[in-house]
Amino acid sequence: MTKKQSKLEANNLDAYYGDFQALKNINIAMEEKAVTAFIGPSGCGKSTFLRTLNRMNDYIDGFRIQGQILLDGRDIYATDVRVDELRKEVGMVFQKPNPFPKTIYENVVYGLKIQGIKDKKILQEACEKSLQQAALWNEVKDKLDKSALALSGGQQQRLCIARALAIQPSVILMDEPASALDPISTAKIEELIHELKKNYTIVIVTHNMQQAGRVSDHTAFFYMGELVEYAKTKTMFTSPSDTRTQNYITGRFG
Amino acid sequence: MRVQEKIIEGLLWLSAAITILVTASIIWVLLSESIQFFSEVSIVRFLTEKEWTPLFADKKFGIMPLVAGTFLTTAIAIAVALPIGLTIAIYLNEYAHARFKTIIKPLLEVLATIPTVVYGFFALTVVTPFLQSFIPGLAGFNALSAGIVMGVMIIPMISSLSEDAISAVPRSLREAAYGMGSTRLQTAFGVMVPAASSGILVSVILAISRAVGETMIVAIAAGQQPRLTLNPLVPIETITTYIVQVSMGDVPHGSLEYRTIFAAGMTLFVFTFLLNNLSFWIKKKYQEKYD
Repeated sequence: MTKKQSKLEANNLDAYYGDFQALKNINIAMEEKAVTAFIGPSGCGKSTFLRTLNRMNDYIDGFRIQGQILLDGRDIYATDVRVDELRKEVGMVFQKPNPFPKTIYENVVYGLKIQGIKDKKILQEACEKSLQQAALWNEVKDKLDKSALALSGGQQQRLCIARALAIQPSVILMDEPASALDPISTAKIEELIHELKKNYTIVIVTHNMQQAGRVSDHTAFFYMGELVEYAKTKTMFTSPSDTRTQNYITGRFG
Repeated sequence: MRVQEKIIEGLLWLSAAITILVTASIIWVLLSESIQFFSEVSIVRFLTEKEWTPLFADKKFGIMPLVAGTFLTTAIAIAVALPIGLTIAIYLNEYAHARFKTIIKPLLEVLATIPTVVYGFFALTVVTPFLQSFIPGLAGFNALSAGIVMGVMIIPMISSLSEDAISAVPRSLREAAYGMGSTRLQTAFGVMVPAASSGILVSVILAISRAVGETMIVAIAAGQQPRLTLNPLVPIETITTYIVQVSMGDVPHGSLEYRTIFAAGMTLFVFTFLLNNLSFWIKKKYQEKYD
């Protein structure tokens, strides 16, 4: 399907919460520096899958996987992989903005500080650069020492994106990043995703099909733990090959 | 209106009223006896004299030696209980499996149910001899072992309240920290503990309040020698111990010596009252930060 190199790949992936199988034999290859959207009704496994990509499910009791997830050809569940290192490579933005109860500046440089970087100049430059990238710099440059919690929801979410960018990941996972935001903030986030895909591989889970249509290059439709269809977004939305996809896209369920 | 309902309502009101009445009477007794005490001994003397010898021929009424003793044992107790209690709280929250947690939490609570007199004897007969084996100058009665054992007693208070505070931090913050590549340790100390700091502070203040009012352990193991010192190796006396000492002695009712225990009690009450209010205030001010 794609000539570009695949950045992330899942091979025969099964995932379980205790006895419940949440993902069934997922095979997918996600392209580098492109946006891949996961769509599907609630409970279809799209968020579970997204979270296996940076091992965010590791701390859930009873969660386990079978199969393989490759990042740049390397198995991220291999025993010699350090989870904290993996997550520096695969950043994440969550559904609800979750800034730390610290200042804006402290939020952005948090990831660098925990890596032991103390040089003020480096931190400040990284802070400005990340906020610029997240299209937030102009709004907050005069109040970097103010609490992040004082920002609006949309601003907080862009701050969370800036925070993720600061550690220079190559992949950014977004779990319904705009679902808690108003339309204007949503538009800003979508614009931002468009900008970011020049440099980053983006995987986004969304409930909103119009959003998937607007921002993504490829779309994967999940249903009851299966990957039903995976195609170029345009193809998927104009001529889906599976009837379940068609039913979902046309709003017959979900 | 049914009569039954009225009677029940009246009984409920009465039980509520009794608690208030009892509290009010305690304060009234404390106050009135203290006022009589302070009409004979000035507050300035009470607060500035450096010796507390009301039972001797040469009477001195400086509360500071007792306050110092109380402060010393409390500080030692907190120095023991805070690091251990907080470590336990973090461990239970960030590392322990759910099943392990359900076993260990009730076990911890057992520490709080041991009678304090048992703790006191444990301090005197086990901890002190043990400490003496490598601290040569340690007296038989001392603030150190009483403080350490008191610290052990209040560990569950700090661990369980701090654990509540940490688990009340929204999951999203923990996920944010993990998502940024934090290790568990970095998540715990860089994000969870600061976010739960107000709750942890409350647990510490309540623990202090408990330690300040603790009587049995210090009465048994810390000695009965009022001394204005911060040396943990020598016998001291706390406010509570003094009250026990006089209450059980043969000091004539209504005498000035007798009234000293009310002045001491008043001092203790002011401390714990302020501490409890402080914790209440912190709780109120910060608890809804994330809602």
